[in-house]
Amino acid sequence: MDETEIRRLSVGHVFSILAVVFSLCIPPLFLDNFSLLETHVTWLCICSACVAAVNVILLLTLKPNPSSKRISFGTKVNKFSKSCIYFLISCLLFHGIIVLYGAPLVESVPETFIFSVLLSSLTTSRCLCILGPNFPAWVRVFSRDGAMSVWDHSLQITTVCSVVGAWLGAFPIPLDWDRPWQVWPISCSLGATFGYMCGLLLAPAWIYWNRKKLTYKSR
Amino acid sequence: MKRLPVVLFLAWLSLLFYSSIWLFMSGFLLMRIELNNQSSCAEPPPPGVPKTLQPDQAPCWFPLKFQKAVIVIIDALKYDFAKYDPENTDPKPFQNKLEVIHHLTQTQPLHARLYPFRADPPTTTMQRIKGVTTGSLPTFVDVGSNFASYAIQEDNLIHQLVQNGKKVVFMGDDTWDGLFPKKFYKSYFFPSFNVKDLHTVDDGIFRHLYPTVDGGDWDVLIAHFLGVDHCGHKHGPDHPETAKKLAQMNDMIRSLIEHLDDSTLLVVAGDHGMTDTGDHGGDSEKEVNAALFLYSKAPLFGGQLETDPDAVPQVNLVPTLALLLGIPIPYSNLGAVMGDLFHSVHSEASAYQINAQQVDRFLHSYSLAAGDLPAEKLRHLKDLFSSVTEEYERLMSTWSESAALSESDASLQKLVRRQQRYLVEARAVCMESWARFHPLRMIAGCTILSLCCLLCYLVSAAGPSLNVTYKYFLGLPACWSLGTALLLSLGVWTSVLDLDSVSLCFWVSLASLLSFFYYFRKRSCIKNKPRSRSSSLLLSMPSVVLFFRCCSLFSDSFVVAEGEVAPYLLTFLLTVTVAKLHWDGRLTLPIFTPIGSETLKPTLSPSYKREAPRLLGLLLVLTVCVRLSGVFHSCREETPDCQPSPLLAPLASVQDAQIKNLWYMVCVVFLCVIVYLLRKWLQHYGNLNSSSPVVLYVRWGFPLVAMGISCFWALSCGTDDSLTKLQDFTRLALVTFPRVIYALTCLGLLLVIWNPVTVFTKKSRDSDADNTVTTYHGTPGSEAELLHVIPQIYRKMQRNLKNRLQQGTEEKEGKKTAAVEAFGLGSVYSAAMVVTLTLLALVLLMLHSERLTPSFFLLLLEAGLVLYIHSHVANLRSSPDGAELFLVPWYAVTAWTLAATQGFYTTGHQPVFPAIHWNAAFVGFQDGHNNSIVLPAMLVAANTFSSHILFSAGSVLLLLWPFLCEAPIARRKKPKAEPRDGKTRRMTCQ
Ligand SMILES: [Zn+2]
Ligand SMILES: [Zn+2]
Repeated sequence: MDETEIRRLSVGHVFSILAVVFSLCIPPLFLDNFSLLETHVTWLCICSACVAAVNVILLLTLKPNPSSKRISFGTKVNKFSKSCIYFLISCLLFHGIIVLYGAPLVESVPETFIFSVLLSSLTTSRCLCILGPNFPAWVRVFSRDGAMSVWDHSLQITTVCSVVGAWLGAFPIPLDWDRPWQVWPISCSLGATFGYMCGLLLAPAWIYWNRKKLTYKSR
Repeated sequence: MKRLPVVLFLAWLSLLFYSSIWLFMSGFLLMRIELNNQSSCAEPPPPGVPKTLQPDQAPCWFPLKFQKAVIVIIDALKYDFAKYDPENTDPKPFQNKLEVIHHLTQTQPLHARLYPFRADPPTTTMQRIKGVTTGSLPTFVDVGSNFASYAIQEDNLIHQLVQNGKKVVFMGDDTWDGLFPKKFYKSYFFPSFNVKDLHTVDDGIFRHLYPTVDGGDWDVLIAHFLGVDHCGHKHGPDHPETAKKLAQMNDMIRSLIEHLDDSTLLVVAGDHGMTDTGDHGGDSEKEVNAALFLYSKAPLFGGQLETDPDAVPQVNLVPTLALLLGIPIPYSNLGAVMGDLFHSVHSEASAYQINAQQVDRFLHSYSLAAGDLPAEKLRHLKDLFSSVTEEYERLMSTWSESAALSESDASLQKLVRRQQRYLVEARAVCMESWARFHPLRMIAGCTILSLCCLLCYLVSAAGPSLNVTYKYFLGLPACWSLGTALLLSLGVWTSVLDLDSVSLCFWVSLASLLSFFYYFRKRSCIKNKPRSRSSSLLLSMPSVVLFFRCCSLFSDSFVVAEGEVAPYLLTFLLTVTVAKLHWDGRLTLPIFTPIGSETLKPTLSPSYKREAPRLLGLLLVLTVCVRLSGVFHSCREETPDCQPSPLLAPLASVQDAQIKNLWYMVCVVFLCVIVYLLRKWLQHYGNLNSSSPVVLYVRWGFPLVAMGISCFWALSCGTDDSLTKLQDFTRLALVTFPRVIYALTCLGLLLVIWNPVTVFTKKSRDSDADNTVTTYHGTPGSEAELLHVIPQIYRKMQRNLKNRLQQGTEEKEGKKTAAVEAFGLGSVYSAAMVVTLTLLALVLLMLHSERLTPSFFLLLLEAGLVLYIHSHVANLRSSPDGAELFLVPWYAVTAWTLAATQGFYTTGHQPVFPAIHWNAAFVGFQDGHNNSIVLPAMLVAANTFSSHILFSAGSVLLLLWPFLCEAPIARRKKPKAEPRDGKTRRMTCQ
C-alpha cells in the first residue's frame, strides 16, 4: 500500500474542503448583502462553481488516473466535450430525481435546478475528474469490489456521503419551527455540502485505517 | 411446527397488542364524568335565591320574562352566512342572503341583535346539541357516538322545561329523538342521516311550522333545519345550491316573525360553522364560528350597541334561556348568562349571582364525584365566589335602602365584571382539566406496544426454527398473567393496593410479555442459533427507515406531514434496495479476470444483466406513480395554506356539464382498465383457462360489477332538479345498484373461499392415436398452420418424456401415473389473492367519490410494482436452491406498510375528524339506516381504511409473488409468444 498516494489524496481533499470554505468566506467581500440563507441561490452557484473548478485543477495537478499512453489533443477535446455533456445530463437527471422525491414540480424550478447542479458538482464532477467520461467504469467503482485505487475509494465515500446528506437535509423541512433555513432547498443543499465535507474528511482517515486490508490489483 | 399453537400464540399476542392500544387511548382520549343531579325550583343553589328576588315575585329562581320561545336551529349556520354586508356588490353564493336579519337589526336595534356564536369543539351536530342544552363541554370521547345518539343523562334545558310544565314542541332533525326520548309534547322527526338529501327535513318542518305556531298549543317550539348543512356536505358553501337554501331560510325567518306575538322570544342559531369544503367537526376558526340571532317584538335589549357585539360562547345560551323563561338553570351548566338581555344593572347582577351560585354548586358536587379538577384551582374559585357573594349581599342591602343611585350602579357594574370573571375562570378550569392527558398511561401503553413489537421481531427472526408449543408459548404466559391478575385483584380487594382497571391491565400484559421473553430466551438458547444474522439485520437500511418512521410519529409536525413523509421514505427504501443489489454485484454479470493480465481495465467494465434496466424501469414507474397519486390529497386544519384537491368533491358538485361528462368518462375508463388488467394478468399466467367458478366470475362478474358501478355513478352525479320526472325510479336505482354490487362482491368472495384454485389441469390420454406429427407439406405459410404444428410437437415431446418416466415408476410400483398438464401453476396461490384484492378494491372504490378512481388505479399499480420489484430482487438475491424465497425480507414488509400509509392519504383521507367521508355510509342506503349503527359504521370504516384493508389483505402476496413462474433467468429463454393463440403460459409437472 502506497503511503504517498494517501498523502496526495489528503492534500487533494484539503483543497476541496477549502473550496467550500472559500465559497462561504470570500463572496461577502465582493458582493453586497450576501448571506448563506437570504441569497441562497447565489451561494449555490458560487459553491458549485468552486467545487467543480477545484476538482478540475486537482485533476490537472495530481493526476489521479495516470495512463501510460500519450493522449492526442483531439482525444482530449473529445473527452472534454463528452464530460460536459455527461455533466449536463447528470444535472437534468438529478433534477428529475429530486422532483420525484417530492420537490415542487412547477414552483421554484430555478432553485431545484441549481440544487441539482450542486449535487452534480459534488458527485458527477468528481467522477468525471477521477474516472473520465467512462460510464462502465463508474458502474464498476460503485460496487463492492470495484474500487481499484485510493481515489476510487474516496470517490465512493464522498459521493455516498453527499447524497445521504442531501437526503437527511430534507428532514427538517416539515418541522414547524419557522426557521429561514427550513425553506426548500436550503436545508437539503446544506446537508449535501456538509455530507460532502464529512466524506472528504472521512475518506483519507478510513483508507489510512484500512490500509493493510486494501490491496489493489492494479498496483 | 404445528399450526394451531402458532395461530393461538399470534392471537394472544394481538390481544396484548390491543390492550396496549387501549392503555394508550385511556390516557390520550379525554373524558369527563357526567353528573346525574338535577336542578329544581324548590332547591335553588346555596345561598338561596337572592334577597331582591323573593319567591312571591319569582316563581322559580328568577322572574320570567318571556312566556314563549321559538328556537330555530339552522344546522351549520356560519356567522359569514348570517352577516350582511351592504357594500359587497358581488356577493358569493353564501353571502348577503339573510337580509331579513340585517333589516331587523338595522331598523329595530332594541329588538334584534346578531352575535357570533362560538361553538366548542368537537363541532359535530350531536355534541353541539348536547352542549347547547346542558351547558357543559362534551369531550373527545363523545365524538364517536355520533352515529346513534344516546339519550342525554345530564340535566338539560328540555328536561327543565318539561319539569316546569312547559309544552315543548319539536320538529326537524331526528337526532333529537335519540337525545331526548319521549320528552316532547309534540314532535315531528325527519331522518337526518342522509347528507345527500337537502330537502326532506326542511320541507317536513315547513309543513308543520306555521300551523303549529298559529295553533298556539305550545310554550317552546324548537325547529332544527338541516338543509344548509347537507348542502355544504354535498356541494360545499360556494355553490348556487347554498344560495337557494339560504334564501329559503331567509323567507322562513321573515314569515315566522309575522306569526309571532309580543311575548315570544325568537332565537335563530347555528350549531356550528363549516369549512370551505362544507365539512365540520374540528376546531378551526371557520367551524366554530356560528351565528346567533335574537329577536322579540317586545324590546329585548337595554341599549343600543355602537359596534358589532362580541362573540358569545355557545354554552351561554343555556342559562340565558333558562332565566328568561323562568326555569332553573340546568345543573351542570358552565355558561354565563348574556348580561345585555337583562335591562337594568340590578337584575343583571342578580342573574349573574344565581348563575354563579349554580356553577359553584356544580363544581362542588363534581369535585366530590371525580378528582380530576385540580384542588388549588378549585380553592381559588371558591374564594372568588365567596368574595363575590359577600359583595353582592352588601350592595343589595344598600341598594334596597337608597333606591337607584348612579354610584351604586357603578359599583354594581364593577360587581358584574367580577361575577363574569368568576364564571369565565370556572369554565376555563373545567376546559383545561377535561382536556388533560395522562402521560403515565400513555407511556405504559407505548411500553407494552414496543415489547409486543420486539417479541414479534424476535419470533420472526427466529423463523421456523423456533418450536412454538402449547406449553411454553401459550400455557405458561397465560398462567403468569392470570396469576398476576389474581394477586393484584386480591391486593385491591383487601385494599392493600390502590389500582384501577387500567393499571391492572398494564401489569397483567407486562407479566405475560415478560414470561414470553423468558421462555423465548430459554428455548432459543437450547437451539443455539447463530446470532450474527439477526444483529446485522438490526443495522440494515430497512430498520433505519423504520426507525425514522417511528421517530417521526412522536413529532406533531411529522404527523401533520405524514402524507409526504411516507412516500419519501418509500421511494428511498426501494432505491436503496436496488442500489444495494448493484453494490453487491447482483445486477452485473460475473466478471472473469485473468489474474496477472496487463490489460485489466477493459475486461473489468461490467455488462449488465437484462434485469437491471427492467428493475430500474419498474422503480421509475413506481416513483412516478407515488408522485402522481399525491394529487388526490386532502388537507387538515393545521395547514391553512394547503388547498385540498378539487378531485375529492363528488362529481355532483361539478357545475359545468361538459367537464362533468369528461370526468365521468375518465373514471369509467380507469374502472375498465382495472378490470381489463386483472383479466390480462390471469391470462398471462394461464389461469384464465381453468373451468373453476372463480374464472367464470372473473370473465362475467367483474365486467358486471364495473358496469354497475358506472351506472351508479351516472345516477348519483345528476343534479336534483334534472330528474324530477324520474325521481322515484332514480331513488330506487340509487339503492339497488350498490346493493347488487355488494351482493356480487360477496358472491365473488365466497367463490374464492370455496374454490380458490384456478389451475387448469388436463389429463393426457394414453391412447392417443397420433404418434406422428402431421406435418403440412411445404413450409408453414400461415400462423394458423404454425399453431397447429407446435402443439403436436409439444404433445409428442411430452409423450416421450412420460414414457421414459413411466418405465422407471412401473418397475418400482407397478402402477401407471398419468402426466398432467397444468396451466397457471406458478400463480396457483397468488391468482386467488389477486382476484380478491381487485374485488375489494372495486367495492371500496364505490364507497369513495367518483373521481378517486385514478387514485385507486395508481394504488393497485403501486402495489403491483412493489411486488414485481420485490420478486425481481428476491430472485436476484436468492441462491440457486431458492431457500431464501420462503423468507419475506424486512425491506419488503416496510415498503408494503409505507405504501399502505401513503395510500391512506392518496385516497383523500387525513387522520382528523372533519376529513372522514361520512357520505360512504349512504352508498346503497340513500334513506338512512333506521337507527342501526353497525352497518354505517362499517361502511365509513371501510372507506376510511380502504388502503390499509387492501394492503393488509394483500400482504400474503409478498411471500407468494417471487414464486410466480417468472423467474428472470427462465424467462429469457422463453419465447415471447406462446402457442395456442398466445393465451396460455404453461408449466408442466409430473
Ligand atoms: Zn350540525
Ligand atoms: Zn354536518
